[in-house]
Amino acid sequence: MSAHEDDPILDVRDLRVWYGTGGDPVRAVDGVSFQIGRGETLGLVGESGCGKSTLGRGVLGLLPDAAAVTGSVRFDGRELVGAPAAEVRDLRGPELGLIFQEPMTRLDPLQTIEAHFREALNTHRPELGKEEVRRRSLEALAGMGIPRTRFGQYPHEFSGGMRQRIMIALALVLEPKVLVADEPTTALDVIVEAQILGILADLRRNFDTAILLVTHNLGIVAEACNRVAVMYAGEIVEEGDARELFAEPAHPYTRELLRATISLETTGLNYIPGAPPSLIDPPPACRFHPRCPSAMRVCADLHPIEVRAPAGQRVSCWLHGPEGQIPAGGREPLERREFAEAEEA
Amino acid sequence: MPPQTPATSGTTADSLLEVRDLHTRYSVRGSFFDRLKGRESGSVHAVDGVTLDLRHGEVLGLVGESGSGKTTLGRTLLGLVEASSGSIRLEGEELTGRSEAEMRPLRRRMQIVFQDPHASLNPAMTVGALVADPLRFHKLASGREELRARASEALERVGLAPASEYLDKYPADLSGGQKQRAVLARAIILGPDVLVADEPVSMLDMSVRAKILELMLELKDELGLTYIYITHDLATAKFFCDRIAIMYLGRIVELGPAADIYEHPQHPYTAALLKAIPEPDPRRAVARDLPRGEVPDAVVPPLGCPFHPRCPRAFEVCGWESRDLRTLLEERWTKLDQDAYERERALVGELDDLDVAESEAFLPAADGGSGEEAAGVLEAMRADAPADPFWSGVASTSVEPDGVRIGFHTPREPRDLEVGRSVVNCHLHDPGAIELAERLRRGEPEPEPPDAGADAG
Amino acid sequence: MRQRRLSRWLAPLRETTGVSRWMFWAGVVIVAFFVVLAVFAPLLAPYGFDQVSDAGVRFPKQGSPDGTHPFGTTVGNYDVLSRVIWGARTAIEVVVLAVVFSLAIGVPLGLFSGYVGGRADRVLVLIMDALFAFPYILLAIVIAFLLSDKLGQGVVTAAVAITAVYVPQYFRVVRNHVISVREEPYVDAARALGAPRRTIVSRYVLQNVIQSVPALATLNAADAILTLAALGFLGYGIQPTDAAEWGYDLQRAIDDAGAGIWWTGLFPGLAIVALVTGFTLLGEGLNDVINPLIRARSTAKPEMPGRTGGEGEEAILSLDPAPGTDRPRGP
Ligand SMILES: Nc1ncnc2c1ncn2[C@@H]1O[C@H](COP(=O)(O)OP(=O)(O)OP(=O)(O)O)[C@@H](O)[C@H]1O
Ligand SMILES: Nc1ncnc2c1ncn2[C@@H]1O[C@H](COP(=O)(O)OP(=O)(O)OP(=O)(O)O)[C@@H](O)[C@H]1O
Ligand code: SF4
Ligand code: SF4
Ligand SMILES: [Mg+2]
Ligand SMILES: [Mg+2]
Repeated sequence: MSAHEDDPILDVRDLRVWYGTGGDPVRAVDGVSFQIGRGETLGLVGESGCGKSTLGRGVLGLLPDAAAVTGSVRFDGRELVGAPAAEVRDLRGPELGLIFQEPMTRLDPLQTIEAHFREALNTHRPELGKEEVRRRSLEALAGMGIPRTRFGQYPHEFSGGMRQRIMIALALVLEPKVLVADEPTTALDVIVEAQILGILADLRRNFDTAILLVTHNLGIVAEACNRVAVMYAGEIVEEGDARELFAEPAHPYTRELLRATISLETTGLNYIPGAPPSLIDPPPACRFHPRCPSAMRVCADLHPIEVRAPAGQRVSCWLHGPEGQIPAGGREPLERREFAEAEEA
Repeated sequence: MPPQTPATSGTTADSLLEVRDLHTRYSVRGSFFDRLKGRESGSVHAVDGVTLDLRHGEVLGLVGESGSGKTTLGRTLLGLVEASSGSIRLEGEELTGRSEAEMRPLRRRMQIVFQDPHASLNPAMTVGALVADPLRFHKLASGREELRARASEALERVGLAPASEYLDKYPADLSGGQKQRAVLARAIILGPDVLVADEPVSMLDMSVRAKILELMLELKDELGLTYIYITHDLATAKFFCDRIAIMYLGRIVELGPAADIYEHPQHPYTAALLKAIPEPDPRRAVARDLPRGEVPDAVVPPLGCPFHPRCPRAFEVCGWESRDLRTLLEERWTKLDQDAYERERALVGELDDLDVAESEAFLPAADGGSGEEAAGVLEAMRADAPADPFWSGVASTSVEPDGVRIGFHTPREPRDLEVGRSVVNCHLHDPGAIELAERLRRGEPEPEPPDAGADAG
Repeated sequence: MRQRRLSRWLAPLRETTGVSRWMFWAGVVIVAFFVVLAVFAPLLAPYGFDQVSDAGVRFPKQGSPDGTHPFGTTVGNYDVLSRVIWGARTAIEVVVLAVVFSLAIGVPLGLFSGYVGGRADRVLVLIMDALFAFPYILLAIVIAFLLSDKLGQGVVTAAVAITAVYVPQYFRVVRNHVISVREEPYVDAARALGAPRRTIVSRYVLQNVIQSVPALATLNAADAILTLAALGFLGYGIQPTDAAEWGYDLQRAIDDAGAGIWWTGLFPGLAIVALVTGFTLLGEGLNDVINPLIRARSTAKPEMPGRTGGEGEEAILSLDPAPGTDRPRGP
């Protein structure tokens, strides 16, 4: 149908990432599937603690020892889940790039920017000559608007926005095919944020890089993403074209999230009652049912089945059927418990 | 400088807080590296001449990018940071220059809510104890039972009900939103008049933000509070504030009713901020021309208007200076390909000498090169970007044997000007500055003596 | 409320797993054993610490262990078992005194220096750093020597000498902690709410700083045992007539070792090692319990039902975290 389905560069199927806690595990990512095509940006949104970062890290194989993973992550046809650690490590950098939220902690304060680039290129592209390394580094930095004259300076001599751009340049100089950006602009100001989103957009156009953009700012998704996946309690509940999904959200969670977002058009405050559930013991059936304004009887009994919504997006919600699977009387509204005012995240 | 009274102050009778020409400086020792390199230590002018009035019962927004001095202004108002000069009056009572002990009784009337709810509650105290603690500070209640009763009342008021469930919990047991509620409970327990809320919701989830903001609005109505709402989020500010002050590098560049700020931004910086907001509705999203660069170094702020290095509408009198030439040159070089860059780089010498806050620049030729070559680079720059506002600032160029000397028009600091219901700090609204710029454009000489800022009109 | 508070303090203990819990309890048992010895020394020890005869019969000189002297006797005709038990009393006395003294001096000084800052802080830091840089055993000897005139060479002198060694440590830890806590928003918030300085220091700063002290005190106690023994060994410690002291006994036993008399050295030596180990285990255990950052967040991968792994043999992906990520540290 579209690029991401015909020939996805990243194909994630039924991925689960559970954290061991001593007691019951935290099901941070619980059966997630999605594809990203070349040159495509997929936004990943959801409330705090829904497992967005875990998913991003799971894709790159960057999980702590206490995490168990099942399912499949195929990068360019290669299976990463279960692949030897060294193999995945070698992919990270030249094939799979990562941008974190806080750039300062990722840059070595005792090394110049130039040295960072030299090291990255020498490690992953040993065939490049000295001149070529320099040329590529300069170009990557210049592309991010970092003055060429400041190449020999140390990380602390740059502002936060510049450091973030250096991080991006560092990820890009290796020309990865997939880039995971975990809230890359959260710590930055609106103007700098907008500049960086512009850069990501250029990237998509010029290098055919596929980007997984984790954020909880819906505005950013609308600006920078082709498609968007909405995560709730470890599951992707809706996924589809960004414009269509925002125009016609099919899943009640997406709808409520959009309504709760305060934008320039906001004239009244809306919020989702209650709080995201514990991922150790999430609610049965539809995980959103205790908070869902549209909840029906079936929602508390059976896990929703993924269907295509009218606007084309994938959605897991009984409102959209499949009708045949809903038991008799399942469409009756669910009696819900009231939430106290302070029961929130 | 005598404090100017902005038009928006109206009659001062209805002002709860009057701030006049407030300055706050932090001395900075410079990092270890700076000292190694012999860079001088200096001071950050975090609040640079702020004048405003806070009216009874309003919500005044302080909006600006990181480092613009919002927090410092809020903290100075509360006396948590000492003002370097200027005056703060709370219903006529002067707050500056007080000792900590003299300040203490006034703390009952002004409260602050910090950004990070996790860090603003003492982790070693129970919620009940820490909410009631202010009463003990001010000896307004005593005895376990009374303190507990008052704490319960405050907790229920902020929606932590039933209070008995929260009194004996520790902050670590609460969620972010609940912590911020506890912070609010502690802030209102003394019955303050003014609440400074420093980014109270920026660390909370979208779905929780709305709840906390709604609670704040309720508290305001029930308790007759007046808010100073500090944020960098223009969307919540629009919804939440009656009036908004836009800050940039320690100054208020525009202050006016929220509706006017969003409908008719008068200052180029305000306009830029509004343009940069990502829009959740993709159908509305538009391509944007963003101001270049980032907020400059506050230790040595730009000459003239602090926004001029990034301002798309800057003109002759806005404060062009040597550092702007370096920025422009470096920006140009990021756009050239490697060979073109190397060729051009070889024609000019070290750029570090350009790093001075002076309205004259000397672009040195390369070692063994000639001034003409450096001038050639300058010409190429101008030919490639003739519309850059920078060129309007250039008053003279003279080629010397070892470089080019560029003279800029005298920098002038913009004045606070009334525009509609707002006060704007920008030369664009100053007929005097516009006229002067036109004269300069015609090649007329600079009027003497150029007393920065004062004589432009 | 009381009860809750107690359970809150104990909660970390319940949460800790594996090695730190084991260390903690092992430490508790060992230290408790010596404390019992110390407290009940008059009941437990067969003889007095300086007793050389019983019922008019002089103890044998360097007698090997037997029924009446299970640990044998020394060159000075002392009963080794009694010396070891009385030695525990001395060690515990000195350690308790030294810890109390150094806490009483180091903590308030650190609190003051850290909170007030400025010149007073710089001067104090300078003095403490100088003390800290001084070889500790030399420092203890000098103090012990200076005090021996006035206080004699007893338990108090030894305790004071050891105190001088440890005050700078408490000072440093408390001061640095105060400086970081002082910048916490909740301290600022207390100021903004109008808290008097006294309250801020006691209720907001001290309460949070004090948590790092027990672990340090316990670790220092371990160190103090060694310092005490070293002082005794070098002859600057407690005189044998004042109290039994393991270091002194060890020194006296040196010559015996060559002559095949092992019991005079072995038992005091073992006692030193055991008590030091006990305090160290207790301290390290406490450290892990109190400092949640060190506490392991979890240990094992969870079991996952219905593995639908990819093609790989093992369906589990376990990779190194990125450099600089906060990898949950295992114990
Ligand atoms: N190392 C870990 N061990 C145990 N649980 C963890 C670990 N890391 C994260 N979690 C839990 O997993 C869940 C998902 O966390 P994750 O960081 O992926 O959420 P997120 O959606 O990125 O949230 P945020 O928006 O706050 O960054 C949370 O409940 C979190 O507490
Ligand atoms: N304690 C301090 N010592 C020295 N400089 C400081 C101190 N606090 C703030 N500054 C500087 O003062 C300026 C204003 O800082 P301030 O924190 O008031 O800005 P802000 O607008 O609140 O920013 P943010 O949005 O990041 O909170 C900045 O340049 C900052 O680096
Ligand atoms: S399945 Fe039911 S509870 Fe879940 S989102 Fe849909 S309507 Fe709401
Ligand atoms: S005075 Fe106005 S036009 Fe000039 S630089 Fe400043 S904001 Fe721009
Ligand atoms: Mg995250
Ligand atoms: Mg701030």
